[in-house]
Amino acid sequence: MVQFFLTAGCDSVGHAVRKSLLAAAWFVFLTFPLMVIKVNTIENTVVWRWENMGYVAVSIFLGSFVWRWLLARKELKEDNANEETSAEKLLTKVQSHPVLKYSALAVVALLAGLYPQVFDLYQTNIMISCLVYIVLGLGLNIVVGLAGLLDLGYVAFYAVGAYAYALCNMHWDIGFWYMLPVGGVLGTILGVMLGFPVLRLRGDYLAIVTLGFGEIIRLILENWGDVTMGPSGISNIDRPALFGVKLGITDSTIYMYYIMIGLLVFTIFCVNRLQNSRIGRAWLALREDEIACQAMGIDKVKTKLLAFALGASWAGMAGVVFAAKTTFINPASFTFWESAIILSIVVIGGMGSIRGVIAGAIILILVPEYLRDFAEFRMLLFGAIMVLVMVFRPQGLISAKRKIYKYNDTNTAGAANE
Amino acid sequence: MEYFLELFFGGLTRGSIYALIALGYTMVYGIIELINFAHGEIYMIGAFTGLIVAGVLTALGFPEASTLVIALMCAVIWAAAYGYTVEKVAYKPLRGAQRLSPLISAIGMSIFLQNYVMLSQTSDFLPFPELIPQFGFMERFGSTMSSSEMVIVVSTILVCIGLTLFIKFTKLGKAMRATAQNRKMAMLVGINVDMVISATFVIGSSLAAVGGVLIASHIGQINYFIGFIAGIKAFTAAVLGGIGSIPGAMLGALVLGLTEAFATGYVSSDYEDVFAFCLLVLILIFRPAGIMGKEKTQKV
Repeated sequence: MVQFFLTAGCDSVGHAVRKSLLAAAWFVFLTFPLMVIKVNTIENTVVWRWENMGYVAVSIFLGSFVWRWLLARKELKEDNANEETSAEKLLTKVQSHPVLKYSALAVVALLAGLYPQVFDLYQTNIMISCLVYIVLGLGLNIVVGLAGLLDLGYVAFYAVGAYAYALCNMHWDIGFWYMLPVGGVLGTILGVMLGFPVLRLRGDYLAIVTLGFGEIIRLILENWGDVTMGPSGISNIDRPALFGVKLGITDSTIYMYYIMIGLLVFTIFCVNRLQNSRIGRAWLALREDEIACQAMGIDKVKTKLLAFALGASWAGMAGVVFAAKTTFINPASFTFWESAIILSIVVIGGMGSIRGVIAGAIILILVPEYLRDFAEFRMLLFGAIMVLVMVFRPQGLISAKRKIYKYNDTNTAGAANE
Repeated sequence: MEYFLELFFGGLTRGSIYALIALGYTMVYGIIELINFAHGEIYMIGAFTGLIVAGVLTALGFPEASTLVIALMCAVIWAAAYGYTVEKVAYKPLRGAQRLSPLISAIGMSIFLQNYVMLSQTSDFLPFPELIPQFGFMERFGSTMSSSEMVIVVSTILVCIGLTLFIKFTKLGKAMRATAQNRKMAMLVGINVDMVISATFVIGSSLAAVGGVLIASHIGQINYFIGFIAGIKAFTAAVLGGIGSIPGAMLGALVLGLTEAFATGYVSSDYEDVFAFCLLVLILIFRPAGIMGKEKTQKV
């Protein structure tokens, strides 16, 4: 084991050390100007930070062993790529026993229900934003994970939902509960409007057009000051009211939490049903091979449009919730970074897998909240993890499994998926 | 008329910079059919390296003209090294994977590089020293065209001519064209495809670094975020000209630069970036193959 780790991809330990030294030297050269030197061009002073050079050298030297080991392991596993990790095995085991499955579900439900009673307001607020990201992730999962359309402007639909609620609330005092479905519908309409012309494009063009679209929406929000209040944003948005009764800040946060739990359960239910339906199978087929799919008689444009519109509708609803939760929105909340975070939730969690997306959101949103000291490294790590996941584990943390029907003598369906 | 000329030369300058970046996009796309999202970041790293080297040299008391040349050279060397490394780390292990995988890896790389520069340098705007010398004979043009604008346009034209000759007449250029046409066939006739791909990244990154240093010196400030918008616009230019085609990228960049200059000059400067994005969406919808590109039918 240790031997394999040290010499993965090399002839001997000496060869491996030489390779790692070379890599360390290369990266020291590469990072030299940016990591070591810092200049002030106004006062003409130069700061040399030689200690950084040492950090780079050591971390690359050690990292290159891990890199080669992971590469070699990936090559070994190429043949049985569908092998499950231990966590996945556990999940499958739990799911295949009805008693275990329902007791696990009950525990999760109990934990979710008691959460705001046990923890304080701050924790509840963090959990709400995590839940918002789970819903966003599940929505984007329909577009990226199931239908295989890379959407980099997902945040535009989120922004539209948030602004729709904020503006209607400001001008006409319309309540949260009316706007929640309206936000979803607006997202859908926008999704169809954008999707109709661009869905004919190939995958990578689609990515760039949606990216451009997301930026257009943000720039409009920023510059159309008469309507959207420009960069200063809209404040004093109403929190949701319970049957017309306005709640205090503590109660309304707890109320908000339960609304999000409800929305999440609704989302999981819908996505789960969709994914195993005729439409869901059409999405998966489209993702795998468009031409074969058309030959089988699936309407390509209609199916893609449906995925796009459905994904957008969840972003619209999540936007309404976001505006009601923070009571203040401005265009800075809807930058490309937000799209990138949601995308990394889906990618790192596991494209097409509901459990994966939930796990991804919990890891990517909750962990940085508790590691405040490392907050500035958050996006750096996201980027690095995205690359590493794509290189070493393209299916994500918890991979999606297709429903397999097994016919055996006792005539029962085999292991079901999510 | 003077206003028109000012806008025209401003557009020409923008177009030149877009062309220098767009060439990298279009060459990489031509060979491995990947939108190299991290390319804008390479441009930004080139500009930062130029700034750092220029800062060190100025502190040591070097004269202005030699500072520009050395800074430019260092920027090219380091940007090329970054381009090479990015390809080796993020794209090479993914060759032959699903179509979306390298694209997501490229986005991750782009996020990583931006934050790497932000954390190792600064998140504020940094003033960039004026490295391009002011020529006396340019004064008669007044505000219509400055020295730095002239330098940018002329050097871009020289670089483009050089690149075209390189692709046309050298052995490596021939190998690149062959690889772009059919990678497997190129392998069969003995071309080292991995080397050609690396060379493409190195050349594209060097061009982007030249653009980065020149425009940063012209505008006078840089930020870790400049690569994102410049990258998208250069990509727009590449698509406008027909992605994969080198003269197309130059033409597309020129059209985009002029369109932007006139639109901001005559319509509104608030929506500067919106024009480019709208242009991108419109081209992709109505003429996805671009001005000089050829329509390709998808084969099974």
